[in-house]
Amino acid sequence: MIIEIGHYALVLALATAIVLSLVPVIGARRGDQAMMDVAPLGSVLLFALVAFSFGVLTYAHVVSDFSVENVWENSHSLVPLIYKYSGVWGNHEGSMMLWLLILSLFSALVAIFGRNLPETLRANVLAVQAWISVAFILFILLTSNPFVRLDPAPAEGKDLNPVLQDIGLAIHPPLLYLGYVGFSVCFSFAVAALLDGRIDAAWARWVRPWTLAAWTFLTLGIAMGSYWAYYELGWGGWWFWDPVENASFMPWLAGTALLHSALVMEKREALKIWTVLLAILTFSLSLMGTFLVRSGVLTSVHAFASDPSRGVFILCILLIFIGGALSLFAFRAPLLSSGGLFAPISREGALVVNNLILTVACGTVLTGTLYPLVLETLTGDKISVGPPFFNLTFGLLMAPLLIVVPFGPLLAWKRGDLLGALQRLYVVAGLAFAAALAFFYIEHGGPVMAVLGLAAGLFLILGAVADLWYRAGIGKVKAEIAWRRLAGLPRSAFGTALAHAGLGITVLGIVTVTTFETEHVVEMKQGQSTDAGGYSIVFDGMQPATGPNYTEERGHFSIRRAGAEVADVWSAKRLYTARQMPTTEAGILTFGLSQLYVSFGDATKDGGIVVRIWWKPFILCIWGGALVMAFGGFVSLTDRRLRVGAPSRKAKAKAAKPAAPAMEPAE
Amino acid sequence: MIRRFLLALALMLAAAPAFAVNPDEVLADPALEARARALSAELRCMVCQNQSIDDSNADLAKDLRLLVRERITDGDSDEQVLNYIVSRYGEFVLLKPRFSMRTLLLWGAPVLLILAGGASLVVFARKRAGKPTGSKLTEEEQAKLAELLEK
Repeated sequence: MIIEIGHYALVLALATAIVLSLVPVIGARRGDQAMMDVAPLGSVLLFALVAFSFGVLTYAHVVSDFSVENVWENSHSLVPLIYKYSGVWGNHEGSMMLWLLILSLFSALVAIFGRNLPETLRANVLAVQAWISVAFILFILLTSNPFVRLDPAPAEGKDLNPVLQDIGLAIHPPLLYLGYVGFSVCFSFAVAALLDGRIDAAWARWVRPWTLAAWTFLTLGIAMGSYWAYYELGWGGWWFWDPVENASFMPWLAGTALLHSALVMEKREALKIWTVLLAILTFSLSLMGTFLVRSGVLTSVHAFASDPSRGVFILCILLIFIGGALSLFAFRAPLLSSGGLFAPISREGALVVNNLILTVACGTVLTGTLYPLVLETLTGDKISVGPPFFNLTFGLLMAPLLIVVPFGPLLAWKRGDLLGALQRLYVVAGLAFAAALAFFYIEHGGPVMAVLGLAAGLFLILGAVADLWYRAGIGKVKAEIAWRRLAGLPRSAFGTALAHAGLGITVLGIVTVTTFETEHVVEMKQGQSTDAGGYSIVFDGMQPATGPNYTEERGHFSIRRAGAEVADVWSAKRLYTARQMPTTEAGILTFGLSQLYVSFGDATKDGGIVVRIWWKPFILCIWGGALVMAFGGFVSLTDRRLRVGAPSRKAKAKAAKPAAPAMEPAE
Repeated sequence: MIRRFLLALALMLAAAPAFAVNPDEVLADPALEARARALSAELRCMVCQNQSIDDSNADLAKDLRLLVRERITDGDSDEQVLNYIVSRYGEFVLLKPRFSMRTLLLWGAPVLLILAGGASLVVFARKRAGKPTGSKLTEEEQAKLAELLEK
């Protein structure tokens, strides 16, 4: 019964969303306050209904109600409790429900925290959000209903895919979707502004915090997904340029560009039209990512959403929203007035370069992802576009950007002094290069590109420090004045510095791992040892073990350095009994920022086993850098400037948890 | 998240969750082996989901790895090995497609985008020069401004 109530709540949500998508727009046109007031109330109601429906689905998974087809397909009574919760979105229907839940959450947040938005803008924004909700609720109800019952109910479920039985599934999709779907708010703001035909710096100030919040979550989501793939898949890779990865990476690139162009718009009223376009494009890429992943066009054989009706449905959603928004843009954009002028060498100029490179990089990834598909459709020729292509083109595009980043914050608005910025940075650049060379000689060996990569990474980190250094005037004024100035800098300055330094840290990690990683593929028998990364790894033998829903053969390794045992690690080959599906559980040991990665291959004929051992120097920098970037995003979100008009909430915000500021700035 | 599903399915296709190069495949000469690994990373495992033969443990991937090593030990250059494999399996096997008429737009995309972006920047900058800037104030804002100035 409860399942049917959940289903019904979703139908009610559809009705609410339809009302919500029409009434406030008409109200905004006519200037009818009562009709506009439907928007905030309706958005909160919509969220409540969707949340209830999602809760019911979660309940069905938790109590293992196998009369629900979705639960039967993707769960098992023996699955540990946490995977019963996370298993809700570990399948097509459930993940669309999560998508919808987060979409309606964002609408509700705009409704609650957007109280000092102009009435018409808020009504329009919430209505546009509701259009998206209508489309996705229809999609779920018509093609991907998670509440379908089975009669008679099976006694046991088919189990959750073993690769998904991991804490990563609990964290990664919600974070990723908070980012992905968060950009819907930017999209709605852009469309609402186009409907209104008026856009100014205040618009950018309202949009920026939402962009920042979405970007921060997307950064965390992508980093988390990368780390999950790294430890779960057992071959030590951390980025595969897989179409599905690209689908989440493209909105990130566009979102990063949007973040920077919204800054120009807010401060200088320039780049208005471009910012609006970028806001539309970013969410369009999120939608397209959903389409690529959900329709299965990229992976015709194995996608779990192999039902063609779903693909067609999402394609229609895609065409309506992207096509509609872009047409609206084409009609309305010429009406928007252009903003402030600036010289080519200025902070605006640097941010334009940032936007140009990021957009081109995003376009390149898009081309690479879709090209095989389009070519095959048009000519029937099959080609592959894989990591070697992306590494080459993306790497070449990113290199100049990495060099430009530290200059941006040091240049003045409107008309900058490149010579001055160069002078301030040459010490930093010199230091970065010297440090990179020293590091290179310590590790001895490796191509020259690695040195340049290391220099670029360090340049980013030191450049971020230099920015704060010069702003505070350290060395020029007395220490306590410098300290006071530093403390008085806006939080966004720290946010920028942190995000840029984080990028540098990630670059360092990528370069060191790609260049200095060592791989050892050996056959080992009990008692034998292998050297990797300055450690000696002794194989102590295998033993069988049983988990709640799997059996495994696990091997123990002692790690020795200079004869003394410093650590030990288990690595295993697992067999999940319900699906008879084998997985490898890699043994990972962390030494500082570096890791030793041990994973098993096949048993050999003479009683040994193939063991793969990788030494991954500074690999944690890759994800650590992303964490620093995201932290920069959060710090920036707590900036006073983003809370202008909300002085009364200031005190509260200081004590607020990191997630809370994300909601405040819209005020 | 979905990538995990796909990879999981790719894994299911394979016989057992072992990966890539096995010790018995490795060439004795480290220089030749390094070349073999680099080439393997550029070749697609035809039965897998977006994996190179270097990462895959499918039987076909193993055959291809052995083939690459065989050609290398026979003295083929990297280009010759790739040519040989392409002649047998088609362009589909290359993860980095060759530059040709078919891939003109693929390889040209970054260049075209940069050029288009740069050109539109120049055009906009030219068009904009000398025009009034900033958004006009609404009547309400004008009134507010006047009020403030009178104070």
